[in-house]
Amino acid sequence: MQIPYTVEARPETGLYNAKLGVWLFLASEVMLFGALFSTLILLRTGAAEWPRGSEILNVPLATLNTMVLISSSVSMVLAWAALRLQDFKKFRLWLGATFALGVGFMIIKTIEYGSKFEHHLYPSTDNFMAIYFTLTGLHGLHVLGGMIVMAYFLGPGSKMWKSEPERFTNRIEVVGLYWHFVDLVWIFLFPTLYLL
Amino acid sequence: MSVLEKNEAESEEHAGHHEEPFWRKYIFSQDHKVIGIQYGFTALFFMLFGFSLMLIMRWQLAFPGKPVPIIGGLLGAANASGGIMLPEFYNQLGAMHGTIMVFLAVVPILVGAFGNYVVPLQIGAPDMAFPKLNMASYWCYLSGGLVMLASFFVPGGAANSGWTSYPPLSDIATQGQTWWLVGMVLLITSSLLGSVNFIVTIFQLRCEGLSFMRLPYMIWSQLVTAFLLLLAFPPLEAAGILQLMDRVAGTSFFLPSGLVVSGEILEVAGGGNPLLWQHLFWFLAHPEVYVLILPAMGIVAEVIANNTRKPLWGYKPMVYSAVFLGFMSFIVWAHHMFLTGMGTAISSFFQTTTMIISVPSVVILSALLMSLWGGSIRFNTPMLFALAFLPMFGIGGLTGLPLGLAPSDIHLHDTYYVIGHFHYVVAPGTIFAIFAGIYYWFPKITGRQMSELLGKLHFWPSFIFINGVFMPMFIQGLAGVSRRLYDGGSQYAHAQDVLHWNTFMSVSAWLLLVAQIPFIINLFVSIKKGAKVGANPWDATTLEWSAAPSPPVGHGNFPKVPVVVRGPYEYSPPGTDKTFLPQDAAAQEG
Repeated sequence: MQIPYTVEARPETGLYNAKLGVWLFLASEVMLFGALFSTLILLRTGAAEWPRGSEILNVPLATLNTMVLISSSVSMVLAWAALRLQDFKKFRLWLGATFALGVGFMIIKTIEYGSKFEHHLYPSTDNFMAIYFTLTGLHGLHVLGGMIVMAYFLGPGSKMWKSEPERFTNRIEVVGLYWHFVDLVWIFLFPTLYLL
Repeated sequence: MSVLEKNEAESEEHAGHHEEPFWRKYIFSQDHKVIGIQYGFTALFFMLFGFSLMLIMRWQLAFPGKPVPIIGGLLGAANASGGIMLPEFYNQLGAMHGTIMVFLAVVPILVGAFGNYVVPLQIGAPDMAFPKLNMASYWCYLSGGLVMLASFFVPGGAANSGWTSYPPLSDIATQGQTWWLVGMVLLITSSLLGSVNFIVTIFQLRCEGLSFMRLPYMIWSQLVTAFLLLLAFPPLEAAGILQLMDRVAGTSFFLPSGLVVSGEILEVAGGGNPLLWQHLFWFLAHPEVYVLILPAMGIVAEVIANNTRKPLWGYKPMVYSAVFLGFMSFIVWAHHMFLTGMGTAISSFFQTTTMIISVPSVVILSALLMSLWGGSIRFNTPMLFALAFLPMFGIGGLTGLPLGLAPSDIHLHDTYYVIGHFHYVVAPGTIFAIFAGIYYWFPKITGRQMSELLGKLHFWPSFIFINGVFMPMFIQGLAGVSRRLYDGGSQYAHAQDVLHWNTFMSVSAWLLLVAQIPFIINLFVSIKKGAKVGANPWDATTLEWSAAPSPPVGHGNFPKVPVVVRGPYEYSPPGTDKTFLPQDAAAQEG
């Protein structure tokens, strides 16, 4: 049994199955994060006083993290482009770089969380800290999920390059789409939590 | 490419040579047919379980304070001391009845079982687009169900804040609520995996010639449903995460400042908003209503077209209505919240959208009713259930209108009238459609027919008793009896005149259980002993009947990939001597 359109695109939709699948998944993710951003808006507009994020949170560190994530999106595209050019070595290099940037993001995030705990700022402190930890925590889990998938494609998953190169390239494209989305969520998180 | 082709050839050769081991074939199967059956049996078990919870509650409602007979001793002293049900246990049963029926029984049967089994067959696909995700979806669902069951045995018992889990009550409730949230996250994950799979399958794997306007109505209903599940469930997941944070990490998303619990001010940061939960919850739960009804309409449309032996009346308006219904269902949610003080301006908006959404539902129901006109109807068991669906859903839908209008909702809100209304939609509505679907597709799944005699013995008593359960709820509700009363209202002066209905409803409910015995016998006995049938016992036009044997081929469903040449319901075509024309070309030649 062979399921159609796992590799080549269906002419009417112009998409292979996994690409349509990941777009749909991302649509549901928009609803998930959308609900949490709405929560932030509702709590903030209803609060008697709401702290300015820049006074509590570490803006320089978060700016650095923004740079890290944006760079990782670039290296992700380069990894996929390398596969399209049949250059497997370069692919490993760029995907490895993306993974390393993900690690960097998580380290910086851990430092940030640690300094909050040191100052006795916990989710239970107030609603600002609560939504800060919930949103960044959930985003962090998404980064971690992406890194696990990348580790798989750097390791055992990369065997598919030898047997089905086109399908493997598609898989990396799908991972890339997810990774850009995670990046995009951060681009919204950064100003709403840290700057406004 | 040559490597690729060689690989494919190798893997096919591989599959042909030896059988998969038992656990791959039947337990961790990736075949949509096996997964559909797994979903079906698990969900039927949960449906019986959820129904039993209600049967115990109905004892307390009919005979408040009297020890529960037969099983009273088995409930445990913490739940029922001396066999008399405690209020806390009554609340657990109520919350879990709702949760189990909606999230573990009805939706998994409609989408997980019928969707999984029928969708790939009706569109001429070898399987779902992502078989591994399909398997993962079932196992997430089962884990969620087991977490829900296990929660009955934790200290304080299962969740007891109603299936809606409104905070602040649910935020400070016993440990069972945390289990409920974890169970829900698993169920939401399962539904996410399923809905992505359905949409991709329907968009990508339709066989040659099967354009969108040639899709059987069942497929349209499943497609719209999948979009609702995909986009409406994440806000509930967000709400679940927030409530979990409130309960575990001590945040106050849903806890306002100065909340007094048992005479003392709760020590939390405060500043939260209990209404936020209601908004997020109903943003899921109203589209969920259409998740419960749309696939049921799909099943009924298939059965009615097949047994009236004529095309559906108004297929295209029905399709447009389903799509419109899907869109509108996202902007009606706050009609559940008229009494929360959110303001008349917002109420006006939501009552307007609610009136608008009733139009497409009426279009679909009318089209199904008009389809009967001039038909030469075969009154077999699936058709009886499908026919009963029409007035039952009609009653359920029309009694919803007074609830959608803010002024009348002020009187009816949270009364038994509401319970009667949505149960008419879901129980004699959707569940009857489920039965229609089981009797209709059983021959395809097993190659055998279910007994018609037992089927009719199942239908007629069920039809009578289910109305006996729900019709008096309207009477009680109009008299003002509140739902979720531990004693069924016996302490309230205004309830005294309608209190006697409680016994009538409870006896009807227990007899309804008895009426399911012929079905259970029929289902299990027919698997082995039912009369053997061919590929197309109903003389149906859609691909699952005309192009696949019964049961379909293990891997790939069809002996030969079908090519579709016409619409889904070409029954009694004019100008030929044929009584029906199947969708695929090959069947016509043969």
